[in-house]
Amino acid sequence: MAMLEITDLHTYYGNIHALKGISLTVEQGEIVTLIGSNGAGKSTTLRTISGLNQARNGELLFNGLSLRGIPAHKIATMGIAQSPEGRRVFPRMSVLENLEMGAFVRGTVDQSDIARVLELFPRLKERIDQKAGTMSGGEQQMLAIGRALMARPNLLLLDEPSMGLSPILVEQIFDIVTEINKQGTTVLLVEQNALMALAIANRGYVIQTGEIVLADTGAALLKNEAVRKAYLGEG
Amino acid sequence: MDVNWNLLIQQLIIGLANGSLIALIALGYTMVYGIVELINFAHGEVFMMGAFFAATVVGLTGVTPQSAPLIIIGAAALALVSAMLFSAGINFGIDRIAYRRLRRAPRLAPLIAAIGFSFILMNIAIYWKGGNPISPPALLPQKYRAYNVLNEWFGLDTTIRLRPLDLLVFAITIPILFALTWFVYRTRSGKAMRATAQDRDAAALMGIDVNRTIGMAFLIGGALAGAAGMIALYYTSAARFQMGFRYGLFAFTAAVLGGIGNLYGAVVGSLLIGIVWSLSDGFMKTLIGGWGAQWTPSVIFGVLVLVMVFKPSGLFGDHVPEKV
Ligand SMILES: Nc1ncnc2c1ncn2[C@@H]1O[C@H](COP(=O)(O)OP(=O)(O)OP(=O)(O)O)[C@@H](O)[C@H]1O
Ligand SMILES: [Mg+2]
Repeated sequence: MAMLEITDLHTYYGNIHALKGISLTVEQGEIVTLIGSNGAGKSTTLRTISGLNQARNGELLFNGLSLRGIPAHKIATMGIAQSPEGRRVFPRMSVLENLEMGAFVRGTVDQSDIARVLELFPRLKERIDQKAGTMSGGEQQMLAIGRALMARPNLLLLDEPSMGLSPILVEQIFDIVTEINKQGTTVLLVEQNALMALAIANRGYVIQTGEIVLADTGAALLKNEAVRKAYLGEG
Repeated sequence: MDVNWNLLIQQLIIGLANGSLIALIALGYTMVYGIVELINFAHGEVFMMGAFFAATVVGLTGVTPQSAPLIIIGAAALALVSAMLFSAGINFGIDRIAYRRLRRAPRLAPLIAAIGFSFILMNIAIYWKGGNPISPPALLPQKYRAYNVLNEWFGLDTTIRLRPLDLLVFAITIPILFALTWFVYRTRSGKAMRATAQDRDAAALMGIDVNRTIGMAFLIGGALAGAAGMIALYYTSAARFQMGFRYGLFAFTAAVLGGIGNLYGAVVGSLLIGIVWSLSDGFMKTLIGGWGAQWTPSVIFGVLVLVMVFKPSGLFGDHVPEKV
């Protein structure tokens, strides 16, 4: 049984049909990436998994349990954490408080979890008492990922972790995602930076205007003619 | 110019007492605004209902100034707690019935609903106790009403009056303010409240039940207003269906002055307004011939306008961007 199994999922914003029958699976231990251009429906897919948006049709199974109709705050307790688009850290809380909020579902804050996050992101250690809203975009991105890790999720959803970061920082972030995966967390990664995402992913899906148009291993998609043309700026 | 020091200190005492009373109401405005960005125009009436309910509860206990001191204290405490629960229930109920359904509606919709509830509560109050001011059932023995703590307890030879009632206002508000700060900054539910105020979706992703948390803000804001209702009932020895308007307006002004959404700001803004209020009441006549206490509201709003011109986000307004 796949950890996450999505079949023919439809999500709407009012009359806007944002997801038009998405199907994808994520197996335990994988890094799966979902790539596509602006407005394709990547964030909507993650928001629907997390319960921030509710699907109108289709199946959404996590470890065999249906997530449909379950509110976001309950899904958070089931082992799914998301680092959302635009980071969404709590701006008037300190870095430490943000990390503590990440552990909200666990009831108590485990010091070893904080230590682990600070080891992955040493920059956060230097800023531990700074208000999150005053940090740079890259630092906020690290905090958003670190905060999601504090829940000790089985499945980590990352929405464009590389957005707005310098090339060096992007490389660091992708290294860290790989490291997090090695430590045992399954990752569903949404990216526009297709080259980097496909390079670290086991498998990838290409989404276009609400539909999955291609699915293959990361390596195969990297070589795919259509993908290279559309998403890697070639041709 | 000769300064009348006694009058100055006297007015400061009154100002601080009125200011703490306003602070209890202002905190309800600011908490609700902080979490749902709604100016809860019914909040002044939630406070007024607390005053009415406190009067009813004291009446029901049948306690008189001649009762044993412990019984009097017990009745007052019972009335305080009942008023807090009653107002909390009303505020929570309004959110549950109306605002919650309008969470995704345009801003104006819940605002109009709030104004509607303000009128509904006033009419319920008129139906309940009539349109004329009611006096609270007497609780304090006659001896203590004109009692001057400074003369009697501290043996000071002064005309400045500090009544037991003034002390009572501080004795009730100060612990409540500390308890609130502790709750918001130290407890799990308080942190959930701050997180929800700062980013609702992100809070939900952390596992926070956003609707429950918003409901809690209404409960707490209502309870504080109820406590203020009980205090105002005895401090001004009157209650009337309209009392929520004036106090509500001053409290709302205080919240804006301090930086709406900011708890400390609401308290500081309230104390400031309480003091400006009492100083204007006490000194306006001597400062400007022919002027008097009737100018106080103009002075208060003058201060508000001045602060808004130079610091539009209020004294403690946040400059950290909400979203990045
Ligand atoms: N709150 C909303 N209200 C209405 N339409 C929305 C809303 N959010 C997204 N949409 C629409 O749904 C579609 C999918 O949007 P989504 O945010 O999922 O795209 P995306 O793939 O994440 O794009 P990007 O790479 O720009 O983040 C778009 O057409 C978008 O306009
Ligand atoms: Mg997106």
